[in-house]
Amino acid sequence: MRRLLVAVATLALILLVSVVLIATGLVGGGSVGVAIRGVFESPAGGAAPAAHRWTGAERGLIASLSIDRLPSLPPDPSNAVGDYPDAVALGHALFFDSGLSPDGSVSCSTCHQPDRYFTDGKVLANVRDMDTPRHTPTIVGIAYSDWYYWDGRKDSQWAQALAPQEAPIEHGGTRTAHARYVLSKYRRLYESVFGPAPDLSDTTRFPPEAAPLEGETSGTAWEGMAEEDRGAVNRVFANIGKSIAAYSRRILPGRSRFDDYAKAALVNDWTRMSELFSAEEAEGLRLFIGEGQCTDCHNGPLFTNGTFHNIGLPLPEGSKFDQGRSQGSLQVVEDVFNCLGEFSDANQEACVELRFIKLEGEELVGAFKVPGLRNVAETAPYMHNGVFPDLEAVIRHYNHAPPAFPGHSDLVPLAFTEAQSAALKAFMLTLSAPPDAPPDLLRQPESQE
Amino acid sequence: MRIRILTCFLAVTLVLAGCNPITRSEADGDGMEMDDGMPMDMSGGSMAADSLETQETENGLFRVSAVSQLDPVVINETHAWTLHVESADGTPVADATITIDGGMPEHNHGFPTAPRVTENLSGGDYLLEGMRFNMGGVWVLTLEISSGGQSDTVTFEFELK
Repeated sequence: MRRLLVAVATLALILLVSVVLIATGLVGGGSVGVAIRGVFESPAGGAAPAAHRWTGAERGLIASLSIDRLPSLPPDPSNAVGDYPDAVALGHALFFDSGLSPDGSVSCSTCHQPDRYFTDGKVLANVRDMDTPRHTPTIVGIAYSDWYYWDGRKDSQWAQALAPQEAPIEHGGTRTAHARYVLSKYRRLYESVFGPAPDLSDTTRFPPEAAPLEGETSGTAWEGMAEEDRGAVNRVFANIGKSIAAYSRRILPGRSRFDDYAKAALVNDWTRMSELFSAEEAEGLRLFIGEGQCTDCHNGPLFTNGTFHNIGLPLPEGSKFDQGRSQGSLQVVEDVFNCLGEFSDANQEACVELRFIKLEGEELVGAFKVPGLRNVAETAPYMHNGVFPDLEAVIRHYNHAPPAFPGHSDLVPLAFTEAQSAALKAFMLTLSAPPDAPPDLLRQPESQE
Repeated sequence: MRIRILTCFLAVTLVLAGCNPITRSEADGDGMEMDDGMPMDMSGGSMAADSLETQETENGLFRVSAVSQLDPVVINETHAWTLHVESADGTPVADATITIDGGMPEHNHGFPTAPRVTENLSGGDYLLEGMRFNMGGVWVLTLEISSGGQSDTVTFEFELK
């Protein structure tokens, strides 16, 4: 009898210790452990974890958004020097060098400002008091994209970096002047990356200002050049882009509070989840992955599916309808600097996105690239035309979702209550984190200061 | 004494059976299970490469199967499929012309890419390249197959979840 009593007492003690261990989350990753912890952490128990209770499918979806699921950055096959340290150094210098504009006033960093998550805070990109047609997007983590610009009219980071150099209302330069400037100022770095530089000293063969710009004197000068000489200049120009890309592809998104939450959610660590997110932030996440259907487009670790959608944005007074992707898709196919072009380092097989690009379909009309949402709270205003000044305005648009004209809107009205809208915004604020990049890359190179 | 040891052993075994420790690998998400015991999908939308069942075309001219070369199929990755076409009696159709359509009818949009058959792999097999899905949900893939002066279509419906 005494033996039996001792045995029962021991059993009770073991069970008690086990349950305590499970309740504290030290052991019990399995479903039984989860169930036992649920009893101890019910709202009645005071810990109020209801906000942090997720189904298996929800946990999978939350994990799919986590930075832990972001693969390490793949090489860009079209840019053979994309990961060369000297190319990064050259690109770093060029990114901040306003010598890459005729009046010395504009560099890449004029609009892509490191202390603003590489945006400019303006409605539309604007230099020398002239608005461009679109809002400056961030470059943080953009190296993972298949398409560049809001309309995807470029298919690599290096090809993108070239276009503003010659746009009259951006840098306003020409490729012969750019090539000459870079080869004189950065010859050693350039040659260490790309080999011997061409001799551009003959100004009859290489006019001081020549670029394929219609209706400009530089365009006439460009037309007058021998094809071989144009090729030599294009090669240096492409290499300028490849260097800038080698730099900008190093600017990656950092680990946000959401990512820590996702990690805790994966193992049902309610204590940690409660420490990291308020009930409102968790509710916002629930709406984001659920009723809000936000993950239809804002999916994956960068919160974008990388494709193009029309969301029926209002047209600001005085602005013309913007065709978006229906034009951008045609432009990228024609681009001399695209993945299949002679300045690309990729073999044809590697240019999968360009080879299977969608060129037809009503859904391309007025469609723009889905922006990633990491650091979204830090990069107002919003949309390709900067039409919304803050996240409240963005959520109001999604709540009403007016039909698009022309084209069709991919949105359905969310009709969220004020509390739900506030929760959604609270969640989006958890996606902020300083960029993940060597600190010296986040400021002007010391040699330029 | 022996009963006590036996009881202790039994109790510990029982408790541990239900409560595997939370390990580092689980915290990283490997080998996690969902509530229904299925492996946890952390892709944001996926399905097994061979999810589609062989189907007859609408007028019964051909039997068609479609298997992804990416397994599992996940969102946001452009990839290729292998199509297999045979006649109603099971003879491989090696000279078919195949055109592709599809998308998400519920969302009123097509594929984000323009997939097409790029190679006749012989024996009734065809390489379909440029497939891409940009969100979870129900998708359709419609193939119009022409051979020997006759055409027929088949539509596969499947869900990435």
